[in-house]
Amino acid sequence: MIEIKDLCAAIDGKAILKGFNLKVNAGEIHAIMGPNGAGKSTLAKVLAGHPSYEVTSGSVLFKGKNLLELAPEERAHLGLFMSFQYPVEIPGVSNVQFLRTAYNANCKARGQQEVSVEDFEKLLAKKMALVEVKTEFKDRNLNEGFSGGEKKRNEILQMAVLEPSLAILDETDSGLDIDAMRIVAAGVNHLMNPDMGLLLITHYQRLLDYIKPDFVHVMLDGKIVQSGGPEMALQLEEKGYDWLNEPSKEGT
Amino acid sequence: MTAEMMFSRSSSEYKYGFSTDVETDTLPKGLNEEIVRAISAKKEEPPYLLEFRLKAYRKWLEMAPPHWANVNYPEINYQDICYYSAPKKKPTLDSLSDVDPEVLRTFERLGIPVDEQKRLTNVAVDMVFDSVSIGTTFKKKLEDAGVVLCSISEAIKRFPELIEKYLGSVVPIGDNFFAALNSAVFTDGSFVYVPKGVHCPMEVSTYFRINDKETGQFERTLIIAEEGSFVSYLEGCTAPAYDNNQLHAAVVELVALDNAQIKYATVQNWYSGHPETGQGGIFNFVTKRGRCAGVNSKISWTQVEVGAAITWKYPSVILQGDNSVGEFYSVALTNGRMQADTGTKMIHLGKNTRSTIVSKGISADFSHNSYRGLVKVVPRASGARNYTQCDSMLVGDKCSANTFPYIEVGNATSQVEHEASTSKLNEEQLFYFMSRGISQEDAVNMIVNGFCKEVIRELPLEFAAEAQKLLTLKLENSVG
Repeated sequence: MIEIKDLCAAIDGKAILKGFNLKVNAGEIHAIMGPNGAGKSTLAKVLAGHPSYEVTSGSVLFKGKNLLELAPEERAHLGLFMSFQYPVEIPGVSNVQFLRTAYNANCKARGQQEVSVEDFEKLLAKKMALVEVKTEFKDRNLNEGFSGGEKKRNEILQMAVLEPSLAILDETDSGLDIDAMRIVAAGVNHLMNPDMGLLLITHYQRLLDYIKPDFVHVMLDGKIVQSGGPEMALQLEEKGYDWLNEPSKEGT
Repeated sequence: MTAEMMFSRSSSEYKYGFSTDVETDTLPKGLNEEIVRAISAKKEEPPYLLEFRLKAYRKWLEMAPPHWANVNYPEINYQDICYYSAPKKKPTLDSLSDVDPEVLRTFERLGIPVDEQKRLTNVAVDMVFDSVSIGTTFKKKLEDAGVVLCSISEAIKRFPELIEKYLGSVVPIGDNFFAALNSAVFTDGSFVYVPKGVHCPMEVSTYFRINDKETGQFERTLIIAEEGSFVSYLEGCTAPAYDNNQLHAAVVELVALDNAQIKYATVQNWYSGHPETGQGGIFNFVTKRGRCAGVNSKISWTQVEVGAAITWKYPSVILQGDNSVGEFYSVALTNGRMQADTGTKMIHLGKNTRSTIVSKGISADFSHNSYRGLVKVVPRASGARNYTQCDSMLVGDKCSANTFPYIEVGNATSQVEHEASTSKLNEEQLFYFMSRGISQEDAVNMIVNGFCKEVIRELPLEFAAEAQKLLTLKLENSVG
């Protein structure tokens, strides 16, 4: 699905990713954990193509294509999706208008038939039921006046509509109360399928109680320092991240 | 002429910046009593109009240009301007669609079919080229309904009583420096008269084109809606790209009698000067005012201002009749080195009068964009209500946006509300759209038009889509 090799990236000349390696196959759920400032969100944004970040070296192959050469919208057309940690508010643009435009832009890019307003309404109703959001959600302005939890649920709704092949969820659990997290997790679990890859970026272990990862990676100072199975998340919850600092300090 | 041609469709380069070579009949540069008399003589005007002009000219001599607006420009030398220029041979209507191939390419890029023979469907157009009106379409259909749409010069000859009664009745000759100047030297413009009880069967429209390099344009528009009538009017403007500034000082007067309604929409896309140096461009110093003279009358201004080097313009409504309604919906977009100081005045004189102001300012690049508005309620205007909403959007960090609301309330039973907001169109918003597969162009389009939605929907249907595309095109090079 995606293969990231020795990825280095910087913002405003400051190196954030320093040789990041990861391979995600179809059907796998990977969790990336790590303390603040480790570069987790940067990784998500670099993969999605945020223009503020400069890739200084390394390569990313996504479905056999060089991802780094593609514009953000082309990455989306290819099936990459990133759920934002802080989704922006867009006044005057309704949620349904945004979702339909995005859906049809992807259809068009993939050479598929665009859907009519009526057909999209039907499709959207199903997806909204799936991620348990209220109908009035669709007529509200995109993220405007949404609570933190509503914004996150709206991101998952977008994922449900766009049906990506690789979804990167950046701190989707932050700002969610326990009930909202259960709903979001149920939605993600429902959307997950053997043809899809999932990359969960999270600070805390609690999301992983609801979405079971196949692999857990610890990220520190721009790269993965430790990888393991789901049990590693529990270890981290107990011990924190500090113990991981030790060997890396010795190493340098 | 197609709807698209009403407006320039330009990105960074002003695609309507070409000029046309025509033989003109031009008066020498400069302004004095002789010139005023010469203009009047050339137009074979009745004596009352010459008097009107001379009175205005003498008033103007005593006045000074206003300096309170939040704009900067060098002093204008009024003796270096030509006040009358008319094509010797009247071009035919079709020659207006004889557009530069560059412009046609712009249309094609937009996926709009270019059809030179295609006229605006159900829109009657009066075309003003430099100082004179060159023709009016759909005259017959309007006449059958009893509606008059003609040049003001023609109206001066055909309807002297109406002109004498209403010209200068809303904007007095000494109202302000530019209105006085206009009253002295105006050369043409449009006249619309809708008789009692008539619902005008089509949109009426004027297309203004400044062509000559050193001619100022001083058009004069007068719209009269008699009792119980309705009319919807639209004006569009373009000018060639010259490196000197050109003055456009228009006066527009609207009169709505009992139960009458006038909707007036403007899509202004004058040449705005060089985007980097700011050289050239139109000085758009315009006085527009409507008088809701009758009970239950309504005047509604909608403007989409995307051009001109400097805009100084406050389309206003005097709410004289009881229960009358005034509306102002505005989008002002500035980019490059443009400066705009625009807004409205709502003067509540009658009882239970209502006004709504919705202003959307978008500033990009190095431009300055100010909203200036006055809401005034006099002591006898009991039950007056106003709602004002001013939103600013900044694109980039070198531009500025200001809001100057003035509120004067003299009656305790009135209600005045003011809301304001400022937002930024930024990389994060665009990235959000693009990361979902939406192109940057579509993203800008959706965000900007979402911001302006309340104003755009007030435009006549034929023009709303065009105005939306125009906004997107204007911002294309300012974002991303």
